[in-house]
Amino acid sequence: MGFMLEIVTPDRNFFSDEVDMVIVRGIEGDLAVLENRAPLLTPLAIGKVRITKDEKKRVAAIVDGYISVQKDKTTIITDSAEWPEEIDIERAERAKIRAEKRIKEKPEGLDIVRAENALKRALNRLEVANIKKINDENFNQ
Amino acid sequence: MAQSTRDIKRRIRGISSTRQITKAMELVASAKLRKARERLEKSRPYYNTVYENIQQVLKDTKNLNHPYLKARKGDRAVYIVVSADRGLAGGFNSNINRLVEDEIRNKKDKVSLVTVGLKGRDYFKRRGYNVIGEFLHITEEPSFSHAKAIGNLIMDIYEKGEVDKVYIAYTKFITTISQEAKLIRILPNDELKEGQAEKNAIIEFEPSPDEVLDYLIPKYIQSVIYGALIESSCSQQGARRTAMESATDNAEEMIDELQLSYNRARQAAITAEISEIVSGAEALK
Repeated sequence: MGFMLEIVTPDRNFFSDEVDMVIVRGIEGDLAVLENRAPLLTPLAIGKVRITKDEKKRVAAIVDGYISVQKDKTTIITDSAEWPEEIDIERAERAKIRAEKRIKEKPEGLDIVRAENALKRALNRLEVANIKKINDENFNQ
Repeated sequence: MAQSTRDIKRRIRGISSTRQITKAMELVASAKLRKARERLEKSRPYYNTVYENIQQVLKDTKNLNHPYLKARKGDRAVYIVVSADRGLAGGFNSNINRLVEDEIRNKKDKVSLVTVGLKGRDYFKRRGYNVIGEFLHITEEPSFSHAKAIGNLIMDIYEKGEVDKVYIAYTKFITTISQEAKLIRILPNDELKEGQAEKNAIIEFEPSPDEVLDYLIPKYIQSVIYGALIESSCSQQGARRTAMESATDNAEEMIDELQLSYNRARQAAITAEISEIVSGAEALK
């Protein structure tokens, strides 16, 4: 049997179920969590969460956050999490163009880190949304 | 007599339309209250988990000199005041404003304010306080990004050493009919202390406990602010609902009374008329 995974955002309990494996992007690189992993606490980068359960996979886009692995359960805390079907592609596209423009033009007083993060978030959303388009059937539970 | 019955009629009509308005506002407030409460319930697991995780890190780290946890000598303070954007909510706005003003009245030059909501901003600006940040029109539906913006603003000035203490004043939601204005200190933070959580398994920290802590503490501050915003928005709707409910009740009571005096006046007019006719007929005999 797998282990308990919870994904918590400030406005909802995004996900809560038994899973076999979860892959996240930590700030030090990707890491996969399996059952009985030693307790761990680490911040996450903007990226994907890949959940595997009974040969089925699901992907979600997350923005910032951290993962806490404990004996009885694993928790991912993030500011915002979205399934591919929830992503507003047009909005992400617009955000991407806006961020790219800002980085290129470098206006006075531009917070470059913030602009880059905005771009990363947009790219991440688009990527996750595209996964859904390519093989729709595989990712729907 | 005829004049006075018409006057009473007009007043009854006026009060009825006021009652309609307060009744509608009451219904709107209760619908919003239900939504706000749901949001409050949903935000709790987030806050609890962040708090738990910080406690775990704190018992494993030596970094208790973190700037957010260490007390400072000075007494320059920032107060975050969470009020509402609109009135007609009973004592909601005045309670919170008074609580803060009592605290800062004698140290005007050392205190600056960050106000959330129009009512708080207007109140303190009019009295000449130094308002360094204002967040308007977010009190009904606060989102985490608002909390983040407020958090980053105050953490920024705190790190620069421009202030020594940060407080937040909000209204705690106890029940639908009772709310309590509260003032808590968020920086430096007392809630986070060494070794409160019981020692259990050894936890790995990637890349290091200190860095994880550096990441977690701002998250915690943000989630405290978010919690305060949400509690306040619940309280606001609760207070407004109660205020409008009693306004509606009062209007109904007034209408009943007026209706009674209207009936009396009408009856008196009829009686007077009859007695005039009777005495007129009597005189003809």
